[in-house]
Amino acid sequence: MCADTAIKKDHEEGTRREFLNLAAGAFGALGTAAVVWPFIDSLNPAADTLAMASTEVDLSPIQEGQSITVMWRGKPVFIRHRTAAEIKSAEEVPVNALRDKEEDKDRVQKPEWLVMVGVCTHLGCVPLGQKETESKGDYGGWFCPCHGSHYDTSGRIRKGPAPKNLAVPEYAFLTDTTIRIG
Amino acid sequence: MAGGQRQKFDNPVVEWVDSRLPVFTLMQKEYGVFPTPRNFNYFWNFGAIAMFMLVTMIVTGITLAMQYTSSTSMAFDSVERIMRDVNYGWLIRYIHMNGASFFFIAVYIHIFRGMYYGSYKQPRELLWILGVVIFLLMMATAFMGYVLPWGQMSYWGATVITNLFSAVPVVGDDIVTLLWGGFSVDDATLKRFFALHYLLPFVIFAVVFLHVWALHVTGSNNPTGVEPKGKQDTLPFHPYYTMKDTFGLIVFVIIYAAFVFFMPNALGHPDNYIPADPLVTPAHIVPEWYFLPFYAILRAITFDLGIPFTEVVLIEAKLGGVIAMFGAIVLLLIMPWLDTHPVRSARYRPWYKKTLLVFVFGVVVLGYAGSQPADKVYWQTCIGSEAACEATDAHHGAADATGHHDVAEKAPTVLKFDNTMLAQLFTIYYYAFFLVILPLLSRKEQALPIPKSIHEAVLAKSKAKETK
Repeated sequence: MCADTAIKKDHEEGTRREFLNLAAGAFGALGTAAVVWPFIDSLNPAADTLAMASTEVDLSPIQEGQSITVMWRGKPVFIRHRTAAEIKSAEEVPVNALRDKEEDKDRVQKPEWLVMVGVCTHLGCVPLGQKETESKGDYGGWFCPCHGSHYDTSGRIRKGPAPKNLAVPEYAFLTDTTIRIG
Repeated sequence: MAGGQRQKFDNPVVEWVDSRLPVFTLMQKEYGVFPTPRNFNYFWNFGAIAMFMLVTMIVTGITLAMQYTSSTSMAFDSVERIMRDVNYGWLIRYIHMNGASFFFIAVYIHIFRGMYYGSYKQPRELLWILGVVIFLLMMATAFMGYVLPWGQMSYWGATVITNLFSAVPVVGDDIVTLLWGGFSVDDATLKRFFALHYLLPFVIFAVVFLHVWALHVTGSNNPTGVEPKGKQDTLPFHPYYTMKDTFGLIVFVIIYAAFVFFMPNALGHPDNYIPADPLVTPAHIVPEWYFLPFYAILRAITFDLGIPFTEVVLIEAKLGGVIAMFGAIVLLLIMPWLDTHPVRSARYRPWYKKTLLVFVFGVVVLGYAGSQPADKVYWQTCIGSEAACEATDAHHGAADATGHHDVAEKAPTVLKFDNTMLAQLFTIYYYAFFLVILPLLSRKEQALPIPKSIHEAVLAKSKAKETK
């Protein structure tokens, strides 16, 4: 003990042994983290999952007022050929009244084509409203039956627990009637 | 243990083993002569019953795993194959499927026992915490097991529950992608759930070992909540409680078997016999019955929490629901420090007893609320002119496409009590019980006189019987 304190006095800023312990400990911690990371990252989407991440859709058979649902990344994508009345009602909504403030024009590339991920932003159910016979909710767009979220003709959240508008995926018009999603 | 006093066994083989590894001495000490309070009632059977259920689940689960395929294209069919083609596959699957429910029944009664008789109190806090950890692990295991048959409820249950994590601020979506291993619940998700569903029961087993170890350090609580003071208060575990546990277990297993053989799907949901379809959400997603109270708490938070009179939102409704649900279990975890009343058993705490029974009633009502659609209306009345009331009714039915409603000349007030409000009411009681009632009773409640010792309580009871 006496020898120890004597050494301590000589090395106010820390002994050689303290430095070695600290360095070895830090090295070990970093090494462990480096080994753990591959295991965690292996749980993330694999290369083949990422490779299947885009899909092409022919829009020509969809009449005005009709919708289709396509699969993209294992999720449904809603594509709606909107009527003039639907576009008008979507554009007329004052943005400040919305929970997730977005203009209709920021959600579409061509106003008649609305493309969005058909997954409710609350807890991931598929909203109703794609088929003629299904409930479209209080705002004429989509209605999620799980917890009662109402979306308008631009797919924006208007009422219910969902925090966000239906997501618009990345997509591009390849020709006038073909799009590639993703 | 080495060097301690060890009694010799007569059987030479047992003696040979025991002198090298004293497992027989250990069993003799912990399960043979182990001094156990003499006044246990049948509530004390459920620990042993839960242990039996864990072993049943592991044995049937391993057998099922030998036939099951964890890929999205084959999972549903492999389960149907187990039901139709595998010898006794139907039996093993029904034992496993209903076993989950009966495991939870046993554990819920076991938890209630602990709450009623104050088993969580000093010095058994850690024992109680280990129990809550087992409960959490059980919930995770049961949830992942329910996904494996890959029916509609499996798929959408998994989607809804994993999406809860998207409520976490900033990194929420990354966490969900990490959980899924893709962009939706899919093959990668099913495979990892199967791996974890196989792993977790063994983790539970390890924590149960710690739970029982901690129990054998403090000894069992008992219906009076008074610690045993000597030999006159206890009985050796064997044969007294091995027999009592066996009897209770037999009764429990008879009821369990009745479900397995005569109503195997009564506790399940028919939608799970429809193969998973990522494009169609079932009209009404409900978790298994044992999750319903927590599901009701999750759905009860339908409002954002923010700074009043500003538009600043601190906690969105979605995150609020998730916090409330996990918080409901955290409250159990810290219960020993919320209730610091010196008397353990509810027998001698009239107010604790009443409020606890209301709490149990509340949890049952929450379970009911969780099973019903969120917007179900129980009671409704309209204050205003008859014409105006009819107008609002009509409006409710027909939604207009343009998105704005006409304002009636004189808007009537509609008063209603719906399922969300029911859930909110009992969620408030759930939280109030832990955070207000328990601390308050700890300070104010006047307890009834408690018996001096267990044997005095037992003698008083038998005397009362004689005079009758």
